[in-house]
Amino acid sequence: MASNVTLEFERPIIDLESKIREMRALVDQLDIEPQISELERQVDDLRADIYRNLTRWQRVQIARHPDRPYTLDYLTQSFDDFVELHGDRAFRDDPAIVAGLARIGGRSVVVVGHQKGRDTKTNLHRNFGMPNPEGYRKAYRMFQLAEKFSLPVVCLLDTPGAFPGLEAEERGQAEAIAKNLLEMSRLRVPIIVVIIGEGASGGALGIGVGDRILMLENAWYSVIAPESCSSILWRSWEYKEQAAEALKLTATDLIQHGVIDRIIPEPVGGAHRDPNTMFDTLRSVICEELDELSNIRVDKLVTRRREKFYAMGVWNE
Amino acid sequence: MAWFLRKTKNIAESQQREMPDGLWTKCPQCSAVLYRKELEEHAYTCSSCSQHFRIGSTKYASLLFDAGTWQETDRHIRSADPLDFVDTRPYKARLKEAYAKSDLPDAVTTGTGSIEGIPVSFGCMNFGFVGGSMGSVVGEKFVRAGRRALEQRMPFIFISASGGARMQEAALSLMQMAKTSAFLSELAEAGLPYISILTDPTTGGVSASYAMLGDVIIAEPKALIGFAGPRVIEQTIRKKLPEGFQRSEFLLEHGFVDMVVHRSDLKATLARVLRHLGGSVHA
Repeated sequence: MASNVTLEFERPIIDLESKIREMRALVDQLDIEPQISELERQVDDLRADIYRNLTRWQRVQIARHPDRPYTLDYLTQSFDDFVELHGDRAFRDDPAIVAGLARIGGRSVVVVGHQKGRDTKTNLHRNFGMPNPEGYRKAYRMFQLAEKFSLPVVCLLDTPGAFPGLEAEERGQAEAIAKNLLEMSRLRVPIIVVIIGEGASGGALGIGVGDRILMLENAWYSVIAPESCSSILWRSWEYKEQAAEALKLTATDLIQHGVIDRIIPEPVGGAHRDPNTMFDTLRSVICEELDELSNIRVDKLVTRRREKFYAMGVWNE
Repeated sequence: MAWFLRKTKNIAESQQREMPDGLWTKCPQCSAVLYRKELEEHAYTCSSCSQHFRIGSTKYASLLFDAGTWQETDRHIRSADPLDFVDTRPYKARLKEAYAKSDLPDAVTTGTGSIEGIPVSFGCMNFGFVGGSMGSVVGEKFVRAGRRALEQRMPFIFISASGGARMQEAALSLMQMAKTSAFLSELAEAGLPYISILTDPTTGGVSASYAMLGDVIIAEPKALIGFAGPRVIEQTIRKKLPEGFQRSEFLLEHGFVDMVVHRSDLKATLARVLRHLGGSVHA
């Protein structure tokens, strides 16, 4: 899975780590064990320090890290017995959204998530995780399936946005997303939404209405990507860092404004630095949330879900 | 730097503003010079080429409602600046200017009125207010107007005109898509009609939520309607878009709106639809 991509702010950590590796190679010939331990302590401190003080733009970069776990990684690692289901039954199967049945903590659930590719070839296949209308319609089909068989829904969000293409418009991108928003607001089974990477705009929200909105520590979620925001408001692509700051798009920002309910901690350095820990964390958090939601009567669940969204927004009167 | 060395291109002002209030107006489409009275008689459309001018909620209310029935609601709800948003200018300054420049309460006006004797709850977006962008105020007023329809068993009619979500409210404006759609799921369960009217332009987060969720969706002729804006699509596919792409007639052809109706016929069309759908509402 390693692509050896180093983000700029990770550089000092990577440099120290490689120094430690070099020293380790010499440990048989030289008595440098204490120095190595000291360096390891330093690298831990450095890592903790860097990741405690990340700027919003740096988090956006972590959320986009090419080694970051994607929906299918969680489906195979945090969930068991994933059976993928395909197609919207109207036009085609959209590989930018994967969906199906899976088991978690002993119960079956319907899972829907955006899927990015890892290299050029798979990215072309997955359209960089940017769904067409048929992706949202496949999701819609899954919601109905979930309701019919009383299965909870888990949605994993990770998209740079819905695809802004000619055919996507022709086939009703707006309608496909809108319909999901309405359907997810009335669905009579629990819905857990987790923003695992990028949550860009309506393309993310199109599978993002639920009873509990969870977000990984380094994910981002907003109305627009910082680059596009920069190009519109600053009329230049150069202000992405300022745009990221202004948009307040991190998990800590969003929990303050009631947009999300819970932050899921990532391993130090981001999910890609220790995917197995991340998979375990996600599994246990989802199980815990499902246990709680399953105690709520369905009428109350739907009312509560709607009221949660009715409360969103800030205005003066 | 001299102007001819300028590297970054400003975004061209391709968007037509709302109707100016002069005695004479030139049609941007066919260049016909139109006398104000003539414009009013044609519901603010060009009498020679039928170009629909952008008008705001005040004019729509006067076109649609029986004399003396229109009553505005929730005018006191104003945009806040929860994120202390600053781009090239602070959001607060933009809002202040928008309030000063127009007499509008925000990007949406709501109220009640009667259409050929049928009482309805109504909302209409104002493109002239920060591009008709949907922030927390639009979402909240949409839900309150819808709630009024629900409580008084009236149909709910909403006219969209918006470039999309209001960026300066970031995730909170994105959530207005969910908020308004969630409300429409409640309204649908109550069996009350929701009619969505799409005018130029209806794009972005507004199109991908309540605008596309009408039991009946009516579009004005040649309105731009779509999720992604034409410029973004052209940048993505690196091609010019075909003539008429994302216009009302195109959406009608592709099955995403029920009808394209000339503004002069809007009131009568609404009344006909409501008389069919509203049987249980006011028997």
